[in-house]
Amino acid sequence: MSLRRWSVTLLAALVALLTIAPLLWMLSVSFMARGEASQFPPPLLPSDPSLDNYRMLFGSFGIGRFLLNSLLISTLATILALLFTIPAGYAFAKLRFKGRDATFRLLVAALVVPGQIGMLPLFLELKALGLVNSYAGALVPWLAGIFGIFLVRQYCLSIPDEMLEAARIDGASEAQILRRIVLPILTPIIVTLALFVFLGSWNDFMWPLIILADQDLYTLPVALAAMSRQHVQDNELMMAGAVVTTLPVLILFLALQRFYLSGLLTGSVKG
Amino acid sequence: MSSPALAAIILFFVLPAIASLALSFTDFDIYALADIGNLRFVGFENYERLLANPLFWKAVTNTLLFVGFGVPFIVTLSLFAAMLVNSRWLKWRPVWRVALFAPYVTTLVATAVVWRYLLHTRYGLVNYLLSLFGIAPIDWLGDPHASLPAILIFVGWKTFGYNMIIFLAALQTVPRELDEAARIDGAGWFTRLRHVTLPAIAPTVLLVSVLTVAGMFQLFAEPYVMTQGGPAQSTVTILYFMYEEGFKWWNLGSGAAVAFLLFLCILAVTLVQLRLAKRSGAI
Repeated sequence: MSLRRWSVTLLAALVALLTIAPLLWMLSVSFMARGEASQFPPPLLPSDPSLDNYRMLFGSFGIGRFLLNSLLISTLATILALLFTIPAGYAFAKLRFKGRDATFRLLVAALVVPGQIGMLPLFLELKALGLVNSYAGALVPWLAGIFGIFLVRQYCLSIPDEMLEAARIDGASEAQILRRIVLPILTPIIVTLALFVFLGSWNDFMWPLIILADQDLYTLPVALAAMSRQHVQDNELMMAGAVVTTLPVLILFLALQRFYLSGLLTGSVKG
Repeated sequence: MSSPALAAIILFFVLPAIASLALSFTDFDIYALADIGNLRFVGFENYERLLANPLFWKAVTNTLLFVGFGVPFIVTLSLFAAMLVNSRWLKWRPVWRVALFAPYVTTLVATAVVWRYLLHTRYGLVNYLLSLFGIAPIDWLGDPHASLPAILIFVGWKTFGYNMIIFLAALQTVPRELDEAARIDGAGWFTRLRHVTLPAIAPTVLLVSVLTVAGMFQLFAEPYVMTQGGPAQSTVTILYFMYEEGFKWWNLGSGAAVAFLLFLCILAVTLVQLRLAKRSGAI
């Protein structure tokens, strides 16, 4: 039995190593000197690790600007998505209004429709509103988060009606009930949702690519894609750029993975 | 309390999706973008022109190839990963689970850039590993026959962790006793997989397949970063084609027609899969 235990664990360790190897390699190459990675056989570790690539990125390439753009857009997207979806999810679970269940069924059906279907008209719509080439334009799709509503609703269903009823009898307004009673209960799912939106907007590529034309507004992925087309030969520099782009979300995920994985299951299996 | 969210959904999701259909019957282009007076209603002209465009058919074929090869590949990969992590003999399970899931949360563009170098013909680690087994270097991103598998390897690496988590949840509902009884009866590993595990998690296999099909129809950043649709247009996907049509050539009418056809494809595939599932009794 012990042999079996170790062989399974060893296999898992091997698969895990193979899986994160590209990320480790990215990190390692980002510390290499220019041209060092372009040898055969490819070196795994830098012979003389240095931060030169990062200095260059934050210096002449001005990646700090893109990092700030990404931070700003993802933070705002998260706040806005929470403000829009939490009350809606709660309403669909606990408040009675006309057409509630029919509307919700329509929303769930609409989850099948990918957002890219409406991208061209949305672009024209935002152009008419004067929001093309602005942070606001990049934020707009995150306001219409059907998945978030779904997630919050599923969680709200477990709140006992008696609790809300008691508060209503005590004369609490609906807004007070949401703030004082529902929100504290929802904390775990709010963390999950915030994490989803933050990571989703940070990693998003197609929409910011379309809506942000001005280089000063580029998010990290858009800037990195543009850089990778101009600096194909600069392997080490590009790896440092990839590290700057992906490390923040990777760390955020590792810190809050419990919330992320539980939310993922609420969203897919129960749905 | 749901009205702000519903208003946003109608304004930024439902309306654009419907407008896509309307837009596809117009000749909206760069001239209409400058002056809306240049806009004309053209009926099905965009669709006719698309169906006569070889590049459009190339994009459709490529996307179907991605679906046809990618879905079995990724579903199998995810299922094996889930079974490995679910194994009762495994120590330190949470560690391996997080490690296998990590690629999914990384930034697509960043890891696509990383993989472009990993797949480099001369200095890439992938070809180096293959050379240890005596396999000659493959021009992953430069050979039209290797480019699609190359992107699939990357997409598989990036997404299998997500499916694995879904499979894991399903596997945990399969009673251990069932598997144990089959083992005592002398059933081998593969027999148990086929007759015990797979029937028990059939609905999840379907769910993961549907999600993966949808994912394959939405490939865009992968070819954009890794191959720019090449070589010889072997990695132009429908969405990539739509992007170029709409935002490179500013043929928004034609691009909207592509979007609508894409929507029909996704709808059709989803309905077929659901019907198959109903017939086989999976749901």
